[in-house]
Amino acid sequence: MSGPTSVSTGRASPVTLSQPAALQSGTAAHQRRRHLPLGLFGLIGLLLVLELVPRIGLVSPAYLSPTSEIVKTLAGEVGRPSFWIAVWDTVRSWAIGLIIAVIAGTVVGLILGSVGFLRRLTSSLIEFLRPIPSVSLVPLAVLLYGNDIRSKLLLIVYAAFWQVLIQVMYGAHDVDPVAADTARSFRLGRLALLRHVTWPTVLPYFMTGVRLAASVALILAVTGELVIGAPGLGKEIAIAQSSAAIPLVYAYVVTTGLLGVLVNLGARAVERRVLSWHPSVRGEVAA
Amino acid sequence: MLEVRGLRKVYGGHGRTVEAVRDLTFELKAGELACLVGPSGCGKTTLLKCIAGLLAPTSGEVSVHGQRVAGPPADMAVVFQEYGRSLYPWMTVGANVELPLKEKRLVRARRRQLVTDSLAAVGLHDVENAYPWQLSGGMQQRVAIARALAYEPQVLLMDEPFAAVDAQTRADLEDLVRSVWQRFGITLLFVTHDIDEAVYLGERVIVLSASPTVVQHQVTVDLPTERDQLATRSLARFAELRAEIYQQIHQAKAASTADRLAAEALA
Repeated sequence: MSGPTSVSTGRASPVTLSQPAALQSGTAAHQRRRHLPLGLFGLIGLLLVLELVPRIGLVSPAYLSPTSEIVKTLAGEVGRPSFWIAVWDTVRSWAIGLIIAVIAGTVVGLILGSVGFLRRLTSSLIEFLRPIPSVSLVPLAVLLYGNDIRSKLLLIVYAAFWQVLIQVMYGAHDVDPVAADTARSFRLGRLALLRHVTWPTVLPYFMTGVRLAASVALILAVTGELVIGAPGLGKEIAIAQSSAAIPLVYAYVVTTGLLGVLVNLGARAVERRVLSWHPSVRGEVAA
Repeated sequence: MLEVRGLRKVYGGHGRTVEAVRDLTFELKAGELACLVGPSGCGKTTLLKCIAGLLAPTSGEVSVHGQRVAGPPADMAVVFQEYGRSLYPWMTVGANVELPLKEKRLVRARRRQLVTDSLAAVGLHDVENAYPWQLSGGMQQRVAIARALAYEPQVLLMDEPFAAVDAQTRADLEDLVRSVWQRFGITLLFVTHDIDEAVYLGERVIVLSASPTVVQHQVTVDLPTERDQLATRSLARFAELRAEIYQQIHQAKAASTADRLAAEALA
């Protein structure tokens, strides 16, 4: 996952003045090819160990199922509609919660980040609220909404909101004074300044915030299902556990893991596309 | 055309005040190219920001066409030293040049024409779709100049625009500034710390004192209008002007050191 950022954005320079763009993407692709087998090797190694440990009796198969059995169970589950309903329940609440958190975090972050007075006014409040673990709000959520989807959403939104808010706030505060002076000297209005200067400056921070929030939201979605019993993969894990279907527990655990991987890959792909101009993606060209 | 009268700027706050600019008065005639030189740290950038309407002076005033400057004037453009930060990396060269024109609500055809013409005027072709960071430093500063020209200003301010480029590029850009100034008939105020550059470019050189800043001296550059890097710089008159300004700046520095020593002796 921590492979080198590629520059393959398809936005090739139309002029012949800088070969670096092409050059960079070449080396990045080359590095990736070399790193990929090594990363796969680690994963295969883990799967092998997990297969062997219960088989040779290091850990009782009653607690840890061998890899092959997990895969077999998962393959069986994939053919059943109930599996996909559970996946859909989790993904849906994840997406709704994430969207709410991203919109709220962005709007509040932009306002707090660009108005110094408001930022100072709220900084200690934010530092107090932010570290509260979302899980500790479970009793409150249950009290308010029972095991409804809204309970889950409360947890997801609370956890994901701060990730976006903090990043966007820093981003809005980071607008280059020369860039801002330039905009003002050409008499750009407030809205144009926000759209053409502030927002592009915030964008890399925003993307980081969304990527972090997406992972956290998934964690809280599954946690909510597991603890509150709202429908989804977490609830399926709890049911499988209480009926001592150990391979099934692991099959669902693996499913949540795969969802996490997909979320992360998706976020990174979007990031590379949207930030093709940014030094972290384009590969620094000597100015 | 451009008048600066009794301009004073004091930065305050946190129990300490710094007088960056004490009392500046000078004037630029329409279509004139004047250079401002002064020792480093003499408040050149502060002055420029006050003229550009980006900073409010503590007292005194700046006026363009007899209109007092209270915010960035509509017919003025600024070229900053830090082209890498002044051009937006998230926009192509064309979009960078076009952005201020959109704000001016010009129609699309007119905008396209201004973008193409101004890029051609600074000697750039086929770079509209490139990103600024794909260009060399000198080319980026050309883009910044093109953006200012496309804005069709009557007054152009340049704040040490070539301080960060290499010597050869710098010579080319100096000639570009002269040609653009002649062709577009704009009033141009060029701030620099380089005496040679000031004499080579200007019709007049305004020498500033060390901080707190006043106008120390003004020199009319009586060199031929057509300037050439080699021929002009080897003229005897060029050397004389250069020596005169050098001496003035040297005196300014010495005076400020003497002032400081006297103040310390009193304290």
